[in-house]
Amino acid sequence: MNIQLNLVAVRTVIRKEMNRVLRIWIQTIVPPAITMTLYFIIFGNLIGRRIGSMDGFDYMQYIAPGLIMMSVITNSYGNVVSSFFGAKFTGYIEEMLVSPMSNVSIIIGHVAGGVLRGMLVGILVTIIALFFTRLEIAHPFIMISVVLLSSIVFSLAGFINAVFAKKFDDISIVPTFVLTPLTYLGGVFYSISMLPDFWQGISKANPILYMVNAFRYGILGTSDISITYAYTILVVFVVLLFSVSLFLMKKGIGIRE
Amino acid sequence: MVTIPNFMNALTIKNLKKTYDNGNQALKGIDLNVEAGDFYALLGPNGAGKTTAIGIVSSLVNKSGGQVEIFGHSIDSDHEVAKSFLGLVPQEINLNLWDTVGNIVINHAGYYGISEKVARQRVEKYLRALHLWDRRDDIALSLSGGMKRRLMIARALVHEPSLLILDEPTAGVDIEIRRSMWNYLQEINEAGTTIILTTHYLEEAESLCRHIAIIDEGKIIEDAKMSTVLRKLQREVLILSLADDLKQAPSLVGFKAKLRSDCQLEVEKGPDRNINDLFEQLNANGIRVVSMRNKANRLEELFLRLVDGKYEPAGNI
Repeated sequence: MNIQLNLVAVRTVIRKEMNRVLRIWIQTIVPPAITMTLYFIIFGNLIGRRIGSMDGFDYMQYIAPGLIMMSVITNSYGNVVSSFFGAKFTGYIEEMLVSPMSNVSIIIGHVAGGVLRGMLVGILVTIIALFFTRLEIAHPFIMISVVLLSSIVFSLAGFINAVFAKKFDDISIVPTFVLTPLTYLGGVFYSISMLPDFWQGISKANPILYMVNAFRYGILGTSDISITYAYTILVVFVVLLFSVSLFLMKKGIGIRE
Repeated sequence: MVTIPNFMNALTIKNLKKTYDNGNQALKGIDLNVEAGDFYALLGPNGAGKTTAIGIVSSLVNKSGGQVEIFGHSIDSDHEVAKSFLGLVPQEINLNLWDTVGNIVINHAGYYGISEKVARQRVEKYLRALHLWDRRDDIALSLSGGMKRRLMIARALVHEPSLLILDEPTAGVDIEIRRSMWNYLQEINEAGTTIILTTHYLEEAESLCRHIAIIDEGKIIEDAKMSTVLRKLQREVLILSLADDLKQAPSLVGFKAKLRSDCQLEVEKGPDRNINDLFEQLNANGIRVVSMRNKANRLEELFLRLVDGKYEPAGNI
């Protein structure tokens, strides 16, 4: 593999992705900012005051890490699935397929684009959160590594979704019927210690629970689950989803005739 | 930078086969050899297998069997080098319509590992050459059909490929732009780029290409130099515009003549006669000719005969 060629190619894909995000900022940046502001006002401020504290933190503080992670997850996924499917649908994916850039570079470029948008939105939501509550970062390395790994996982998932998608409906099915329910049930708004044992067990099968809690641990220093488990799950998902993406690209499934 | 020996084939295709999932056998084992520096026409009716063959060469379609080499590099075992030689202008417009003209070409250079600094210089060079420089900041969606086609050519040239494949590049382009595109393609061919062209405009193939292959139902039915192929066309029908009106067609030995109008004569020429004979007889009859043209494009006539199955190896076309 020509490393220099592929480095330039990856940089090009990232630049293209960031241009796209910034060109359509009203669709990519503004909606999550508005949605999260509403979450903070309604759930954090109005309802949260009646709930009181959770795990020793006021409710607004408790949900802030979960809301930041939720916006990172949905935006990382959404960026890659819409961008890659758009390229496939209109045919300009062929620009990359006919070029000598490797399949690994195509995947890395798009995933990096998803991660950058996820981070951009995550930082924006964090700034919004600071208008409503005080956040002191307990474990910065854990916070940054968990949010990066989670963003990579969902960017890769978005990539796989885009590879299989044949029409625009197909790129909204997973976010609507899988991603959103798992996020809401992933401990963003509550601690699973409040649930009966049976539902706690069910909740522990949800990978987003580990991401949200590990991120919350990074910021607040409190978590419902083991951080080691969370890292293990994140790394396993990154390796698994990257391998699947690479396999699909090599076989040309959904891309080459 | 890989040096290309002069004697090398730009493209070698051996026993290339493609069967789609629906059972359609698009290519039934074709062989092609395109010499470096050639201007090569790949012709065939719709659905003959041209675009499938190009798709396989450019890695957009998975082949079912056979081998493809670009400048001696296999697209299977040495695909990175093989692909770096290739530029493709596809049949369908496949631009990112929301991106600017300049960005589209710069990004394409990036996919070939070309630094942004060099890419910007080349973008200017090729957008100017294809009369798109003034539109560099406009989104591709705002371009006309002909401009989009020219943008696809600029995009395919930005990494300065040694082999350029153009799949119907002038479809829907007006005659003025088409002719300027022909001139430009001839220029880059003369500068050393091997060009493979598919087109439905056979006069385009005849005037540009030195070699021709005709593909029909997944098989190559003709593969020879353009001059050799055209020589096989034994019968030609000529239209002569006359200086003076005629009441009836003259009797010409070895030619069939009939009047199309008072001042237009249609003459059919057989294989054993030449144009000099015709003019000698016309002069003898006091008929003055103002201009002359073929009734149909010669390649078009030959093409129709070949794909209609009227081809006879003895050259009795």
